[in-house]
Amino acid sequence: MVKKIFLSPAIGIFFLCITAGCANVKEYQKSKINDAEMQLNSRKVGITELNFESYREGASGANAGKIGGGCGCN
Amino acid sequence: MKKICLTVIGLYFSLLSAFSQQYNVDTSSYKNQKLKLTEIDIVSGYFNQNGDHSAITGGIGTQKLSDVSNEIEIKFVKQNEVNDKYTWDIEAGFDHHTAASQAYVNPLGTSRAWGTRFYPSVNWQVEKNNGLTFGLGTSLSTEVNYHSIGLDFSVGKTSKNKNTDINFKGQAYFDQVVLIEPTEFIPKPIETSPSTYTTASGNIITAGGGIIKVHIPRTPRYTFSGSLTMSQIVNKNFQLAIIAEGVAQQGYLGLPFHRVYFTDGSEKIENLPSTRFKLPLGIRMNYFLGDKIILRSYYRYYVDDWGIKAHTASLEVPYKISPFVSISPFYRYYIQTASTYFAPYAQHQVSDTYYTSNYNLSAFTSQFFGVNIRITPEKGVFNIPFFNMIDLRYGHYSQTTGLQANNIGINLRFK
Repeated sequence: MVKKIFLSPAIGIFFLCITAGCANVKEYQKSKINDAEMQLNSRKVGITELNFESYREGASGANAGKIGGGCGCN
Repeated sequence: MKKICLTVIGLYFSLLSAFSQQYNVDTSSYKNQKLKLTEIDIVSGYFNQNGDHSAITGGIGTQKLSDVSNEIEIKFVKQNEVNDKYTWDIEAGFDHHTAASQAYVNPLGTSRAWGTRFYPSVNWQVEKNNGLTFGLGTSLSTEVNYHSIGLDFSVGKTSKNKNTDINFKGQAYFDQVVLIEPTEFIPKPIETSPSTYTTASGNIITAGGGIIKVHIPRTPRYTFSGSLTMSQIVNKNFQLAIIAEGVAQQGYLGLPFHRVYFTDGSEKIENLPSTRFKLPLGIRMNYFLGDKIILRSYYRYYVDDWGIKAHTASLEVPYKISPFVSISPFYRYYIQTASTYFAPYAQHQVSDTYYTSNYNLSAFTSQFFGVNIRITPEKGVFNIPFFNMIDLRYGHYSQTTGLQANNIGINLRFK
């Protein structure tokens, strides 16, 4: 119960700091942000890992992998 | 209650400020482009594993398996007179696996020990010049014991300064599970005797007879999900994405060839609830450290109503040997609690309503580590101009259940 009371505002403050405190990065300043290794999605070559993880583990989702439908997996 | 209200208000105003600016559309130079092929990705992988807890044999027995997967993705792009960007993404995949435990669908070990899966998909997306995106997609997957049709849609908004992006994706899968059961549970075929009759002209005819095979039925499984992703550029070196997803499943959620043994020595097919709700929450944070090192991190918390709670944490550290070559060691740690319905071999009580001995739903930790090498030469791989990239990745995976696996993948990109 104590955890729940602190968790909601903690997450909210985290979002607030991230979005409100973010710098306005202009396009010409994004050379590092636009680097291929900085992309926020999984590597395409990692799709085979996401597949076996969804078959061999109970958890799935929130990673662009399988969510339980489309396969005889979890 | 006051803390929750202030939090919600703070979130609302911070999101408003990111999207409050207006877009100016410049139509002075107009070029309606034709649909162009922009990218082809070929991804192939080889996976092998071994362990001693096959669900087909009730939680004991070999889990030796190998899988070869191949996918090709072709991307077409078109822009219209107001710089709206249309993307068509066409994919097709083909997997072939061999699994030693699959032979024991028949207890004598004579069942077919291999299988193939074919899975094409098509996705369409439009990125409007005002930062709004909209997408639709459909997918198919077919293998001998499982057939699937998937539909998805997505809607998103990018801020004018392109530092913030919010996207919602809805997915639905309408699947059919073919009820291939262990042989000892299949009713014996019905044998009929031939029948003899005399026609009006006096001819004696013997007809019919043979074996009437039992038809293997199918049963549905439905999966629906909604995921919300928020991406944010924090500064010139740091960006992150937060993903929240809710998944609801209904129908036959087990597999019909998984055996379960009980304390009294009896045997049944696994029986799991017909509904399941999953809630994964993830965060990715990428940071460019100095000029050569990048920190790619990921954390996910997962909980479902089958009793499983799980944490996933991974870190990958690309090191840019040159602007065109990077080497990235990675490590992933995973821990989960057992499902309420799991018990090891011969540990289930006959009075249990739901039961499984599938070790994917047991309590365990796993570790996965390896290395990724990416090569993107300026003049093309092997000096072939349109051969843009090779991405090669190897990892070793192990669970505290004793399962060990290796995975190697390669991505060839042509632009």
